[in-house]
Amino acid sequence: MQKEQYQSPVEVSEDILQKWEARGVNRRDFLKFCSTMTAALALPVSFIPRIAEALEGDNRPPVIWMEFQGCTGDTEALLRANQPTAAELILDYLSLEYNETIMAAAGHQAEKAKYDAVEKYKGKYIAIVEGSIPMADGGVYCTVAGESALDVARKVCGSAAATIAVGTCAAYGGIPAAAPNPTGAVSISRAVPGATVINLPGCPLNADNLTAVIVHYLTFGRLPATDSFGRPRFAYGKRIHDNCERRSHFDAGQYAESFGDPGHRQGWCLYKLGCKGPQTYHNCPTVRYNEGTSWPVMAGHGCIGCSEPAFWDTMSPFYRRLPQVPGFGVEATADKIGLGLAAATAVAFGAHGVASALRKGDAHETDKVKEEE
Amino acid sequence: MLEIRYVWEWPVRITHWINALCIVVLAVTGIYIGNPFLLAPSPDAFVMGWVRFIHYVFAYLFTVSMVARIIWLFIGNQHASWKAFVPWAFSKGRENMWGTFKYYTFIEKKVPYVVGHNALAAAAYSLVFALFLVQIVTGFALYGQYQPGSFWDVIFGPLFGLFSSPGVRLTHHVVTWLLIGFAIHHIYSAWLMDIKEKNGTLSSIFSGYKFMNPEDLK
Ligand code: HEM
Ligand code: SF4
Repeated sequence: MQKEQYQSPVEVSEDILQKWEARGVNRRDFLKFCSTMTAALALPVSFIPRIAEALEGDNRPPVIWMEFQGCTGDTEALLRANQPTAAELILDYLSLEYNETIMAAAGHQAEKAKYDAVEKYKGKYIAIVEGSIPMADGGVYCTVAGESALDVARKVCGSAAATIAVGTCAAYGGIPAAAPNPTGAVSISRAVPGATVINLPGCPLNADNLTAVIVHYLTFGRLPATDSFGRPRFAYGKRIHDNCERRSHFDAGQYAESFGDPGHRQGWCLYKLGCKGPQTYHNCPTVRYNEGTSWPVMAGHGCIGCSEPAFWDTMSPFYRRLPQVPGFGVEATADKIGLGLAAATAVAFGAHGVASALRKGDAHETDKVKEEE
Repeated sequence: MLEIRYVWEWPVRITHWINALCIVVLAVTGIYIGNPFLLAPSPDAFVMGWVRFIHYVFAYLFTVSMVARIIWLFIGNQHASWKAFVPWAFSKGRENMWGTFKYYTFIEKKVPYVVGHNALAAAAYSLVFALFLVQIVTGFALYGQYQPGSFWDVIFGPLFGLFSSPGVRLTHHVVTWLLIGFAIHHIYSAWLMDIKEKNGTLSSIFSGYKFMNPEDLK
């Protein structure tokens, strides 16, 4: 069965290919795009035609892209993407009703477009959220056209078919939510508990994963399967460490000890430089960034765990393997404290031992001991 | 007259020594995992691979041994029973704890003379048992990370949501040092009691026998 499925020819109808060519996307690039998406979603090749058809369907989903407490890095990641014209596909194919960074409209006109779209496509559009939502002090720390981020999110995400949280800030609160979190920043799923949210964390998110989620939605009419943190399994189902190209050096026992040392220059594992790959779930090693050009570990820098919840607080210090032990100085590592503790125990018991050895008359029935000749 | 008493039944002795072996191996391999101080000369080595493999094999052995010992808490003799490990719950136990404390702090001269554990040691063992369980739970949680949805990930994975993944790692790491501290204390106390009680404390964990004078227990 398996084999048959594998060998069945993957045929995308000539019609579809020609339509894309008419739009200026050559068939090679279009097919490449469909197969990249199929692979990213971990689907069998036989799904390529289905995906190609889905993209052809006359169901351009309206998209409202909102940005709150973020750095626009996710927008940038998407705009810079040109994996077989992914940007073209996404931006041309989707009907982007609102996106502050790239839309032509401004001011009242733009705000009107947003709420018109919410009305017109109620329950049908996709909301994309970038950045976290401040809850403290009535949400005054982030307002758009005089309206708090929280109110906007409630209105827009509340009646969306699905909300995609792009980037770590929207997915978990991210850097704005890092201690002491002055604005009371939270993720979109916490801000609007009723919304159907899928999280695509990462700093920035990987645009290919966003494209794949949308393609999945168009092909199957629903969001892909997620894990307990609301992340799609196809992209966050494996640790960085388990797909890392430096893994053989990890297993061998070859580690760079400082940046630029011989080990580092030879591409050894970055574990001792604080790499958080062993505790971070993301498909960076396989999908990479910027059209598969590179990703942090490939470029020689350890993973900082940017796609994990509360990474700024829990994954730091970024150049140490373990967090600092609370209550001890900046330079104290768990090992130094542990060694100190063990040494102190040894000294204390050693002293007790000396005292006990010199102590007379406390042993059991010393008077009855018979000395040997 | 001295009596030969069979105090530590064989499951107690076997699990004791398996635990001791496991803790030494797990601490040594664990510290290497935490800080790989030896670098392999060539990429065809498999140093970390083996160290982690050994850590996991002994982790399973340790877990099985702990489960066996926990079962024995309910079927073993009075010295192996769970009741021996919560001396603070009984008035006699509280008295013994206080007595032992006074002996250790040089306030009282008379060495506590008991058949099984001295009460203070028994209280320390319940803490150590708790630390063992912490190591097993955090260890298997970390182990499960390689495969989300695997058995270990399903049962212990929720810990990461509560304490974060680096928090769980740090706990596993810090508890190792606490156990090293315990080992120092444990060996010292056993040695001290062997000398002062003169009833074969050290050999009893090999043979199971202690030599007691029933008169002195009164
Ligand atoms: C007395 C018991 C144990 C001791 C003393 C111990 C010690 C350690 C230490 C010091 C580390 C390094 C932590 C770090 O710096 O990240 C470690 C790692 C680890 N231990 Fe244990 N451990 C014990 C039991 C267990 C058990 C029962 C398991 C269950 C499978 C386990 C699984 C692990 C795993 C998965 C890691 C992380 C390995 C990695 O990141 O590649 N340990 N252990
Ligand atoms: S570089 Fe990081 S992710 Fe890669 S093998 Fe080393 S520790 Fe794992």
